[in-house]
Amino acid sequence: MSRRRRSPWIGPLGLYSPGSTPLHRAPVGAKLTALALLGLAVVLVRGPVGALALLAVAAAAAAVARQPARATLTGLVPVLATAAGLAAFQWWQQGLAAAIEVSVDLLTLVVAAGVVTATTPADRMLDALERAARPLRHVGLRPESFALSVALMLRTVPALVQTAAEVRDAARARGLERNPRALLVPAAVRTVARARTTGAALAARGLGE
Amino acid sequence: MSTAPQNEPRTSPTPSGAVALPSVGARGRARSGTTTDVALVATFAAFIAVCALLPSIPVAGIPVPITLQTFGVLLAGVVLGPRRGAAAVGLYLAVGLAGMPVFAQATGGLAVVAKPSFGYLIAFPLAAALAGYVASLARRVRPALRPFVLFGAAMSGSLVFIHPIGIAVMGWRLDLDPGAAIALGATFVPGDVIKNMLVAVVAAAIFRAFPDMLRVRR
Repeated sequence: MSRRRRSPWIGPLGLYSPGSTPLHRAPVGAKLTALALLGLAVVLVRGPVGALALLAVAAAAAAVARQPARATLTGLVPVLATAAGLAAFQWWQQGLAAAIEVSVDLLTLVVAAGVVTATTPADRMLDALERAARPLRHVGLRPESFALSVALMLRTVPALVQTAAEVRDAARARGLERNPRALLVPAAVRTVARARTTGAALAARGLGE
Repeated sequence: MSTAPQNEPRTSPTPSGAVALPSVGARGRARSGTTTDVALVATFAAFIAVCALLPSIPVAGIPVPITLQTFGVLLAGVVLGPRRGAAAVGLYLAVGLAGMPVFAQATGGLAVVAKPSFGYLIAFPLAAALAGYVASLARRVRPALRPFVLFGAAMSGSLVFIHPIGIAVMGWRLDLDPGAAIALGATFVPGDVIKNMLVAVVAAAIFRAFPDMLRVRR
């Protein structure tokens, strides 16, 4: 079950799609600021015409970033379903104008944020986040620990997926594959054991002091 | 996270009321604890990601299969304690927002901010912190009663933060009137009760396997 679901895990790139468009080259901070301004505009601009205009802006950004249309639409299917259900509900409750505005606003933000994510490698985004989190060192959150934790977490995800598969196999062998306790308790205990071993290994190497 | 526990205004009342163990190696444990803390926080962030990514588990007797994202969040809080639990959830959210597909249905990136369910994500660190804080009370009860305290801890995180914030944001984003938003959000409550029972059972098993996880709370 885990094999088939692993396709999004194509490595440290995350949901980034490589390219050299102006949006790929723009600094992370500028893209995040633009996204925040768009979010503000979506809240402030009322009416279906304004909402559609903002959706056009987001779609134009996706075009400038040369997003592959097919993959983008596939990724949007769950949101489109939500937007359609929402539009139907709002049409019934408050009329057509409100239905268009609310569902289009939702699509606008999802498309625009998807463009920022697709044009920014996850590690650059995390660097930006680490810089933004630097003031938090005054409350005991050290930037170096943050970087180490991110690396450690990304390494641990595939290992835990494997653990979950092993635990599931073991439960199935005992005829307990529908017993959540037989699935979760061993997985969680092995997770904690793994974390403690990792902590000891980090300490032995002088990391994370 | 890096300082010794007795310097923290928040944690100082707890050791004094706890069992007789604390003073022995509090400082040494805190120092050697930092690498273990980083590892626990990172591993539990990965655990939450795996919980959100794995196909939902079937539960005998319930027609709707349940997804495990909130299970992972509240388990992190209950097992790690308020600060490390909130840190693990915060790390998970940061990595997901940065574009790694670690949220439910293998989504990720900033697009989740725009989705109506974003309120649930905002509430997760707060819920983990509260659950971790309440779960520390399990030190004072007999081991047989621990699962009940741990269940209460997980439920408090669900009911004080996850559902109210999640429902508020969903109602705001979808322009629902409060009644409709609450009705929609309440459909998740029964599943959450079951997941929180699982949190209690699993956390009690972890505390049996690693008793010091319950003694040293951060």
